[in-house]
Amino acid sequence: MLTEKHIAASCTINKGAVNKNGVKLFENDTDIAALLLSIYQYQQLNYPKFYKMDNLSKLGWLAAEVLLKDSFKKDDYQPEETSVILTNANSSLDDDIKYMESIKDAASPSLFVYTLPNIVIGEICIRNHFKGEQAFYIQDDFDADFMAQQVKYQLDNNISQACICGWVDVLEQDYKAVLFLVEKKRNESSVEFSAEKMREIFNK
Amino acid sequence: MSGITEQDIFVVTDNVLSPLGKTTAENFAKLKEGVSGVKEHYHTAISPLSFFASLFDQDEQILKADEHDYTKFEQLLVASIADALNGSGIDVRDKKTILIISSTKGNISLLEDGINNIELKNRISLSTSAKLVAEHFGFQNKPIVVSNACISGVLGIITAMRLLRSGEYEHAVVAGADVISKFIMSGFQSFQALSPQQCKPFDQAHDGLNLGEGAATIILSTNEKYAQNIKVKGGSVSNDANHISGPSRTGQELASAIKLALKDADLSTSDIHFISAHGTATVYNDEMEASAISLSGLQKVPLNSLKGYYGHTLGAAGLIESIISIQSLKQSLVLPTIGFKEPASADKVNVLAEAKRIKANNFLKTASGFGGCNAAVIFGK
Repeated sequence: MLTEKHIAASCTINKGAVNKNGVKLFENDTDIAALLLSIYQYQQLNYPKFYKMDNLSKLGWLAAEVLLKDSFKKDDYQPEETSVILTNANSSLDDDIKYMESIKDAASPSLFVYTLPNIVIGEICIRNHFKGEQAFYIQDDFDADFMAQQVKYQLDNNISQACICGWVDVLEQDYKAVLFLVEKKRNESSVEFSAEKMREIFNK
Repeated sequence: MSGITEQDIFVVTDNVLSPLGKTTAENFAKLKEGVSGVKEHYHTAISPLSFFASLFDQDEQILKADEHDYTKFEQLLVASIADALNGSGIDVRDKKTILIISSTKGNISLLEDGINNIELKNRISLSTSAKLVAEHFGFQNKPIVVSNACISGVLGIITAMRLLRSGEYEHAVVAGADVISKFIMSGFQSFQALSPQQCKPFDQAHDGLNLGEGAATIILSTNEKYAQNIKVKGGSVSNDANHISGPSRTGQELASAIKLALKDADLSTSDIHFISAHGTATVYNDEMEASAISLSGLQKVPLNSLKGYYGHTLGAAGLIESIISIQSLKQSLVLPTIGFKEPASADKVNVLAEAKRIKANNFLKTASGFGGCNAAVIFGK
């Protein structure tokens, strides 16, 4: 039942910098809205839906773009075989506050739809056509042991063949995203899959 | 078996706390009489216009003596968990017991006071509520919080089932709750998702949902001393990858979750004797769900939606509806879908308009939500 598992790639967006597999790709120490837009531009992305997203979805979606680019061979998997499991501390509070402000005039349906933390998972799934398992959990801090346990269950039991997991959190100007791509096969840049390794990458 | 594990997951006990009653038995008795919690409300703190919803009375005391300054959301969780634990013999202080909380918006109503500071943000956090509830009972492990739109309750059960199967824990207390406030009501209004009357799931005239308040708790265990109890047999989750606020056009993704839940439970469609649908009574949801059930080959299986009794209780819905359906399994009585008369999709789903005596072995519970999420779980004897 136990299968090989590797962290095939990781991506961190934190303190104005974007890192892929521990290597800094891009830096722009500015406010969050400008940072997110500059990452989008730097990546030369063309995805008009990006502009409609709230900051939590933008952050998670961009981190997934960087994570998967050149690291994920979509054709190796059926849509049902990739799962997305994310966690954070502040749920969708960043957008909740903005939605609450909108109520004073007229409640905004386009803000309301983002008042759920799992919408970022939906955005990543739509972009990549992932139809597998998904879950969003709220935690004070990134719980690498819990995440490793969840991913292990998915892959060892053949529920998923690949899993995108990690932390995506935004509250006003505070933000952090750390995503991992976990696969059963090894590639030239993969590192061992373990809670310790995820914790190490998260805290780097 | 599907090969995942030989470990059976038993339902130890449960609680439903709703405007209809404070225990599972009280709730089921009301449902058997056809009583609905959905009423018209004039409640300007929630909405400037009147609305139909299932709400607790404003002055209803949920916890008798609350010296802790718990919010209504936390009081609901505490009261529901306390009733479920009462006499269950489950030791919450055991390191092998885990608490799982499911909610969509928890304490979000605190934002409505207009104050916005760091203390308030911490107080709103679902982790804060989970910690307070865990401390109230003395749980030793850090609670797990599921917040995944309207599948939160079912996902809480599936998360628990898997943690128990993997041997990580022996007992899981899964509790869910949501409170209806201006924040939630205005949002659903802005989506034009609410019915101007009591909702009509799967009916030709379905025209939107009703919101509802409630809490529920289900306690699961791998201990063989519960071997005669109802089991959680399998579950699965999927994403539509289609739209963040509208369901799949085809229902294929929910159908895929149903298929994988059946495989996980090592059952076939003929083993499913009734279905507790999500059935929110929005046209989009009902059509998608009917398509998914038909695609799964379950179109003849008797089905109900309990939204006409409770409204949509959000993070509690999957738990409340699973627990009521467990009662149906035990009492061989499947409840009707109140609000339903003429089928919207007669060839796709067999919606019960009347209560039906069914000697059932297994039932399927489904849920779907914003973000394109779907979940299916199977309970059985």
